[in-house]
Amino acid sequence: MIYVYSFLFAGFVCLLGQIILDNTKLTPGHVTTLFVVIGTFLDMFGFYDKVILWVGGGALVPITSFGHLLIHGALARASDIGIMGLAMGMFDLTSTGIIAAIVFSFIFALIFKPRD
Amino acid sequence: MEKNKYKDLVAQHTPKEPRLYHGMIAFLTGGMMGVIGQFLIDIYSYYFHISTSNASVFMIITLVFAGCLLTALGFFDKWVSFARAGLIIPITGFAHAMMSAALEYRKEGLVTGIGANMFKLAGSVIIFGVVSAYIVGFIRLIVLGG
Repeated sequence: MIYVYSFLFAGFVCLLGQIILDNTKLTPGHVTTLFVVIGTFLDMFGFYDKVILWVGGGALVPITSFGHLLIHGALARASDIGIMGLAMGMFDLTSTGIIAAIVFSFIFALIFKPRD
Repeated sequence: MEKNKYKDLVAQHTPKEPRLYHGMIAFLTGGMMGVIGQFLIDIYSYYFHISTSNASVFMIITLVFAGCLLTALGFFDKWVSFARAGLIIPITGFAHAMMSAALEYRKEGLVTGIGANMFKLAGSVIIFGVVSAYIVGFIRLIVLGG
């Protein structure tokens, strides 16, 4: 059943993105940025956590989960240390995605030639 | 008057985008990406005997790896122009943005090319995410006290 929920939720987020892309003059860069910001606001009171428990991987794949992971790590550290923990824990959970993207991009850029 | 006429003419002759079709394709491909993500989480947590949160980290690394490799091989651009938001909104879009920037500026050298331009497209995601997360976290700490 979680697969159906995953399909519906991830599909719905992508459909929203496509509607914004088609009906406004925003570029894909604008849309992904907008969705990250929406993800942080959704996690302000722990709403996105409940969505992840409910739909599983379908909520982790869209870029909204990136914003959710940023604020989640920051708040987890801030509950231990206080207000400075916001900056310390910001990349706790997101670092894997960013590091993987940087390392793989660099290595593949060395190996492969660009094609057009 | 002339301006309005010109606008009408332009509106008549711009090709109409099949928005319903685009939306359907984005919904289906995005949903498939979600199913693949959940499938990878299940597989990793079953075969490596790790918790679901660790398996979701592995899943993100796998999807980023796939996005980078397919972009470097040249397939991903065609798929993105077909599926649009269905592949841009998932985490593969982030990997695609970084990989294509790195490939494009490679000829300008390692430091001034790849190093300086890798975050050209994907940097806005990180910057806006961090700033909004900081502001939202600050507000939440003040309102709820942690």
